[in-house]
Amino acid sequence: MRAGWLGLRRNAWLSTATIAIMALVLFVMGGLVFLGALSNTVLRSLESKIDISVYFTSDAPEQDILAVKHDVEVRPDVKEVSYVSRDAALASFRERHKENVLIVGALDELGDNPLQASINIKAADSSQYGAISDFLAEKKYPIVSKINYFENQEVINRLSSIVGTVRGAGALLTIFLAFVAVLVAFNTIRMAIYTVREEINIMRLVGASSWFIRGPFLITGLLYGGAAGALVTLAFFPLTWMIAPKLMILVPDFNLFRYFITNGLQFFLIMLAAGIALGVISSLIAVRRYLEV
Amino acid sequence: MIFFDNVSKIYNHHSAALKNVTLRFQPKEFVSLVGSSGAGKTTLLKLLIREEEPSEGTVFLDGTEVSSVLSKDLHRLRRRIGTVFQDYKLLPTKSAAENVAFAMEAAGKLDEEIAEDVPQVLELVGLADKMDNFPHQLSAGEKQRVAIARALVNRPDVILADEPTANLDPINTREIIKLLHKINGLGTTVILATHDKEVVNAIEKRVVALERGEVVSDEEHGKYLA
Repeated sequence: MRAGWLGLRRNAWLSTATIAIMALVLFVMGGLVFLGALSNTVLRSLESKIDISVYFTSDAPEQDILAVKHDVEVRPDVKEVSYVSRDAALASFRERHKENVLIVGALDELGDNPLQASINIKAADSSQYGAISDFLAEKKYPIVSKINYFENQEVINRLSSIVGTVRGAGALLTIFLAFVAVLVAFNTIRMAIYTVREEINIMRLVGASSWFIRGPFLITGLLYGGAAGALVTLAFFPLTWMIAPKLMILVPDFNLFRYFITNGLQFFLIMLAAGIALGVISSLIAVRRYLEV
Repeated sequence: MIFFDNVSKIYNHHSAALKNVTLRFQPKEFVSLVGSSGAGKTTLLKLLIREEEPSEGTVFLDGTEVSSVLSKDLHRLRRRIGTVFQDYKLLPTKSAAENVAFAMEAAGKLDEEIAEDVPQVLELVGLADKMDNFPHQLSAGEKQRVAIARALVNRPDVILADEPTANLDPINTREIIKLLHKINGLGTTVILATHDKEVVNAIEKRVVALERGEVVSDEEHGKYLA
């Protein structure tokens, strides 16, 4: 065991470089995990925001609007329908933009209410919006001025496919990087073995068993991996803490830091295990190929 | 105890390192293997520790066929044979004591045993006061003594010395041979490969002469006839 630790210390620079590369690999892997979680959250929140807004002409009588609302409500695939009257729309608009002098001024100038009444439809399941909007289109209500739905769906579809592609690419990248990390650690260990090959020869002459010779290198590999894993986990602490608020501007539902903390222990263990696995595998390969022990 | 049974080592059509060598070595013998460079002395020793395998014939150590030992048990075989080389083969980053202790560590001995045996064996070779010196702080003769101490420390059945005095001056040579003699007196078989006439003639023990891979003479109180 001691020899393994010594082996790491002796080639301090080389060890640092190796650990750094392994840490980078694990870092990217971790980053991809976060990206996955982030995308999921984004998708989910977007999906929950899908709705169909139907706008009615300014002169549409309220009971006609309510009739349309009823037609939609009774559908089994509709979860809820809410009605926003022209007045209610105006009131909330004013409220939202009360700080904006220009808008308030313009409204006062107009005098009349420029906004339309609308109903807002939420489906039981996001896949059913298509059917609902088709229904509305076919009905061809005369008082309906606009159905605001199609754009949302496309955005979501686009986003889904982008996310899918990104995750696929991410997975490939991870595999590639893991391969790189193994190669790097392998090479480092190989060099370490080469450096002490005279000693190893003497060991064999003197009758040391294979594990006696192999052991230290395996431990070194293990230490490399463990150090990389620990390093990455520690690094993610301040990083996620710093990035979380910036991210929340874009995606308010996703607190990166909290995600990291809640899954913290799991994260650390996985990183540690991944690091150690990488390290040990590289050592085993290096020792077997180079030592013929 | 050691039996070379019609052993040959052939590298290719033109070079046979050993040809039909049959030799027996008894326990506690002191044998000098003599011959010029390339005669096959080193090859013979290598076959015994299985650094090489015979092309023909069999090598036996205490009735065990050396070739049949499994790779994973090879180290155990090697622990029974102490080796001393012309170039000492010491670990430069370890002191004399550490070099000797290393052989015991490799054999899995306990720290207490090591602490006890190492000083003893270093005293045997006359280096008790230089235990903590590093190889670069030792003379050629002293380095060879450390190598001998290391070869001895695991109490092997036999010591193989391959040209141990080739890099030493006459005085040191004499000292080393005396040491090997002493060790032999304590009960360890010694097989000494050398091309140093003086050494051999002074010892007056069994001499096996090799020439071009073949045994040309084997005398109990032989002389090195050049």
